[in-house]
Formats: sequence, structure tokens, C-alpha cells
Amino acid sequence: MTYFPEEVVEHIFSFLPSHSDRNTVSLVCKVWYEVERLSRRAVFVGNCYAVRPERVVLRFPNVKALTVKGKPHFADFNLVPPDWGGYAGPWIEAAARSCVGLEELRMKRMVVSDENLELLARSFPRFKVLVLISCEGFSTDGLAAIASHCKLLRELDLQENDVEDRGPRWLSFFPDSCTSLVSLNFACIKGEVNSGALERLVARSPNLRSLRLNRSVSVDTLSKILVRTPNLEDLGTGNLTDEFQAESYARLTSALEKCKMLRSLSGFWDASPICVPYIYPLCHQLTGLNLSYTPTLDYSDLTKMVSRCVKLQRLWVLDCISDKGLQMVASSCKDLQELRVFPSDFNVAGASAVTEEGLVAISSGCPKLSSLLYFCHQMTNEALITVAKNCPNFIRFRLCILEPKKPDAMTGQPLDEGFGAIVRECKGLRRLSISGLLTDRVFMYIGKYAKYLEMLSIAFAGDTDKGMMDVMNGCKNLRKLEIRDSPFGDVALLGNVAKYETMRSLWMSSCNVTLKGCQMVGGIRHAWDQGNSGWLVLLSLLL
Amino acid sequence: MSPPLELDYIGLSPPAAAAAAAGADDDLKGTELRLGLPGSGSPERRVAAATATTLDLLPAKGAKRGFSDEAPPPSPVAAAGKGKKVAEEADNDKKVAATPQPAAKAQVVGWPPIRSYRKNTMATTQLKGSKEDAEAKQGQGFLYVKVSMDGAPYLRKIDLKTYKNYKDLSTALEKMFNGFSTGKDGLSEYRKDGEYVLTYEDKDGDWMLVGDVPWEMFADSCRRLRIMKGSDAIGLAPRAADKSKNRN
Repeated sequence: MTYFPEEVVEHIFSFLPSHSDRNTVSLVCKVWYEVERLSRRAVFVGNCYAVRPERVVLRFPNVKALTVKGKPHFADFNLVPPDWGGYAGPWIEAAARSCVGLEELRMKRMVVSDENLELLARSFPRFKVLVLISCEGFSTDGLAAIASHCKLLRELDLQENDVEDRGPRWLSFFPDSCTSLVSLNFACIKGEVNSGALERLVARSPNLRSLRLNRSVSVDTLSKILVRTPNLEDLGTGNLTDEFQAESYARLTSALEKCKMLRSLSGFWDASPICVPYIYPLCHQLTGLNLSYTPTLDYSDLTKMVSRCVKLQRLWVLDCISDKGLQMVASSCKDLQELRVFPSDFNVAGASAVTEEGLVAISSGCPKLSSLLYFCHQMTNEALITVAKNCPNFIRFRLCILEPKKPDAMTGQPLDEGFGAIVRECKGLRRLSISGLLTDRVFMYIGKYAKYLEMLSIAFAGDTDKGMMDVMNGCKNLRKLEIRDSPFGDVALLGNVAKYETMRSLWMSSCNVTLKGCQMVGGIRHAWDQGNSGWLVLLSLLL
Repeated sequence: MSPPLELDYIGLSPPAAAAAAAGADDDLKGTELRLGLPGSGSPERRVAAATATTLDLLPAKGAKRGFSDEAPPPSPVAAAGKGKKVAEEADNDKKVAATPQPAAKAQVVGWPPIRSYRKNTMATTQLKGSKEDAEAKQGQGFLYVKVSMDGAPYLRKIDLKTYKNYKDLSTALEKMFNGFSTGKDGLSEYRKDGEYVLTYEDKDGDWMLVGDVPWEMFADSCRRLRIMKGSDAIGLAPRAADKSKNRN
């Protein structure tokens, strides 16, 4: 193959679908390394501390799309101190120096400042796509900079960021010449937006396919916007709690009915139950529905809506839907692939309307289910075993029993057998979160059966180092391991150091590892003393 | 508590520790992607010296993270401010013997694993839902219950949390349903004498007369309301009093 001209080699490489494949071919020989690096268009950095930004931009000068992830997953739950790091600045600065052809930037769990956004907006004349997920540190002023300078902007997608509100003017910074928007998501912006500016922006964006509004947008504005977007595929509503005026809602329904391409719906916020029937005409065509931020809808409101969504593939909902509601979902939504049930009450010692029964009902009614996130207050081994048999196609299975170390609600036993059944039956499982009372036994099962597992989250589980070691030794494809409040110590930490070379990150907090143990592992990124709660170690390794 | 430890990027400030870390690093220097030793131009990052304040190990008391302060089973009067717990205590009595819950269990940092964004967004929604300040209620900021009236062709739904007392409720219901005459202090006038009586179904599924228990207790146990003909309501009053006694 070394006798082929470089153009041919480059063309062959263009068929490689994944980053890891391209990484692999670049290791074959120097020629291939050069060809690969110069033709690489998309670079994915799973851990921003695994490699310096300068090295990335020097190696891949022609990169068009850069994705960088910062803080570890457990930062979502306030386990990482606020000034830990994950700064976007160095990445944007390095790209601004060396890759002016950059068109797309996606960042997750990073700290982004308004200055960073300003630099981004001014440095890349062909910039098209900005996606920020769970980021913080910037304000609506930074968004104004993006709006005003990125003339070719196609996507501005802000998902669950903490954005400081400095007024509604940012939206007005999109120039009249900006007509290229395909996707606009500002649902996480807390403040008002200028409805006139929004309507005008939508009116001049004929390619708009995805629009997610924030809760300041009124029903009337929404209706006016929808009239302009008959090709909309994904909509996040504004607020649906205006003083109930039938005419406004009738207008909304007729506007919605024109959106024949609309497949995905979210928002709702504190929607009044009275408004919900006005959405009914849309339900039959929906494949995605997110009602998980809407505690104002009770079980009957929810089931009336969801039971009409016969094509639903993805459902995010609060536990107010109750077991009975989940049974209705199971009988109506036969195409369901992804279900997330969030708690409406974060009180660990409380009760919720969903139990193991709801989960079993879903599993028997929805055999295509492959992705689950389920918060509940109780679970049984029997239920998990049944679920595993019903749904062997799970790729992501995350179960969170709110009370730590809670045993099987029927037998009082640990939930080892239940999770054991999940990993045994679901041979394609890639992500797993376990909870409840668990002994070393469950880790023995995971190590033995979960051959394709890439990410494992453990909390308040296990008895001895053997648990963690079984996972480290058995799960050949493990990339991310996060553990909190579990009795694993240095023996487990050091039991398979070579394994870390194949992993992206390890998180251990409030475990039994010591400072000395951390020192003995090469390549520590960050360790600090958590006072009396034990050591916290984060290893960040190769790309 | 030991003094906070300042830690640098790769290892630890004390020289002995740095040497040990450097030794382990030799193996990895051969790989192309370096791990960024200190001073090699790696991104500036201030390592947080962990203190209780930095990591917020002991969350502030109150509803900030949505955890309630664990308390021993409250008396019915004190329970008025504790929301749903009252009914749950009663339920627990019927099932297993209640296990004492240590206070520490409720205050675990970063648990349950819910994103801050979700917690903050839900808190905002709940604040909007309840007209009073949110500190009293740990749960949802709204409580929609169905209201039926004997003889009326359709039901209504009201949010109990928008009312502060029985009088407000009575006034609102009067507006909703015609032919519902008011007395001086609301509902107590209706027993047996008035044309209609306001009753409710509580969490146990029993039908009770409205007005016997403190407002908060009523609001937390009420599942639905029914405006009954007075003649049908005979016999309800004694049960309400007995039930309150059982709860003590």
C-alpha cells in the first residue's frame, strides 16, 4: 500500500468511519501518519487534559470540526470544585493561531468565558456550528459576539448551560444578512428575549429545522413563529401558562398542525394541564418527547398525551407518570427505544410513584428498548431479571435507586443477581450505572459478562478491592470508570495499572485510596485531599 | 483537620513525592502524547486546595439541594409544615416497623445524581407554582385536584396550593359552581343543614368532611374534592375526628 500515491491513501482513509480507526492507521508508518493528519477533518478530544491543545492543532492543521470534553461526568453532581479547570480558552486560542479553517466547535463541561466566545467569533471566518453542553462561565454578551460575527452560522445549540443573563439584546445581534440558521437552541437562557427580534430571525431563516425556545417566549409568539417554520423537525416550546385564552391556543394548534415534519417536542416548563390537549393533534407523528422539566402535569395529563404518541422512540418524563402511566406507555408506544424517568422529588428518603413494576411493564411492552435512565425508590432482583429477559438489546442501562444501599424491596437481599442478569443477557451493553445494596458479587458478574462495557458508574457499592479488580481485569473495553463512596483502596487502584493505558479516565472519590497509592500510578492528573472523606484521584490518559 | 494541601498539576508539592511521581513518568515519556509535566506549557490550572467551603461537603441547611432535614416522626401539629411526610408516616405505620433514619443519610454531597441544571430549573418551576415562599414544601409546588359537584355535568380542576385557607377555597369553589351558598366562616356551616357539603377523598381513599383538620394537613392529604348533597353527608363528621386521633 505504500506504493500508492498519497491522494489515493487519503481517499481510502476518508472511508474510515471512526476516530479510533483513523488513530490506528496513523500508527502504521510515517507516510500514513502524515497523510492521515493532514486530511483529518474531525478531531475528538475526550479529555481536555490528555493532550495539549497546541499539539492537537499542530498535528491536525486542517481540522474543520473540533470536539473537546472537560470536566469528568461526576462534575454534574457538584463533586468537582468550581475552579478545577476544563478551560476552553487554551483550545480556542490554539485553534485561532493554527486552524483558521475551523468550522465547528463542540464543548462539554468546560468553562467558557465571554472573551473566549469573542475570540472564537472573530477568528474563524467560516465558522458554522457551536454546541455547548453543560458549560459555564459565559453570559449573553458572549452570545451576542457569536451572533454578530459568525456570518455563516448554521447551528447555535446551547444545552443545559449555566449562562449569566445580561439582557435580551443578544438575539438582536444576528444581522439581517444572517439567513443560514438551521438549528437554534436557547432553552437554557434564563432571561427574556425580544419577541420581535426572534420572529424576524425565524422569518429570515428558511432552513430552520430545530428550534428550542426558553420559557420566556409566549404562546402568541410561538404561534407566529410556527407559521414561518413549516419544515420544523424539532421544537422546544416556550411557556404554556399564559392566562388561559382559548383563541391563543387555537392559533397554536392550527400552527402546529401545519408542521408536518415535526418529530420531536420538548420544553413545556410549568405548562398548565389545560394547555396540553392543544398539543394532541401533533402526538401521532412524534418520535421524541421530553416532559422531564414539567412537574405541573400529573399522571392522567401525561398518560393522555403519551398514549397518543404511537410512534414514540424517545421519552423523557418525570416519575409523576407513575407505574400505571408506564403501563399505558408500554401498551401504546411499541417503538420505544429510549426512556428516562427523572425524580420530581429529590428527597432521598421520600417515595415516588414509579417502582420496579413500571420498569417491568415497559420492558414487556417495549422490546426495542435499548437505553434507560430510571430513578426510583425501590427495585427487586426479580424485576431486573425479568427486564433483562424482556429487553436483551440494552446498550445503556442506568438505574438509580435514590436511597443508597437499599436492598431488594421484596427479599431484603442485595441486588447482585438482578444486575448480574442485566449484564449476562444484554450482551451489547456499553454503559451501566448500578445502585442499591450491592456486594462484590455484582462486580464479579460485571467482569465476567460485560465484555463490551465502556462506561461504569458505581456508588455506595461493593465490599473489598476484589470488586473493583474483577471489573478492571474483566471488562476489556472499559474506558470510563467512576466510583464514589465505595470501599476500594490502593490494592484495587494498583492492581492493573496497565489497564489505565486503554482508558480515558478513572474517578474515585470517598473511597479508600491513599495519597501514596495515587503516587504509584504514573500519569496522575489531579489529586487532592477531600478532608476526611478520602482521596480523590482523576487519571486522564491517552486520547 | 489537617491543613489544606496545595497540589500541582502532575503530583505533589513535597519534593519526595515529586521524585516518586517523576520515576513513574519515565515509562510514559516514550509515548508520543505527553502527559504535560509542570512547566511544559500545559494549560494554567489552579488546583483547589480542598477545604470544606470549596467542596461544600456539608451543604447548607434548607431546601437548597432538595433534601429535607431528617427528623423523627413529627406530631400531627408539627407535621403541618412537613408536607407529604405526614401521610407517609401514617402509611409506614401500617407496613413495616419504621426504621430510624439517621440525619446523615439525607445530606450526601452530589446525591442523588441529578444535574445542577435540572435541580435549578425544577426549583424555579416550583417557586412559580406556589404563591408562598418555597421553604415550607419540599415536594411539588402545585397540587391539582379534581372537584366534582353532584348534579353538575362536568368536573373542574383546582390547584390547592394557590389557597391559603378554607375560606379562600370556599370562595373559589363558589365562583366555579353556582348554587353554592357561603356562610360566615366558610364550610363549617354546611354540616347536615346546608344544601351542599364539601367533602374530600384523602390519601387513604376515605371520604372526609372538609374543615376538620388544619389547612396544611388537609391540603397535603386531599386527593379530590366532591361537593355532595347535604343529605348524603350524614355520618362523615365523627370519622374525621377519629382519624385525627389515630394519627397522633
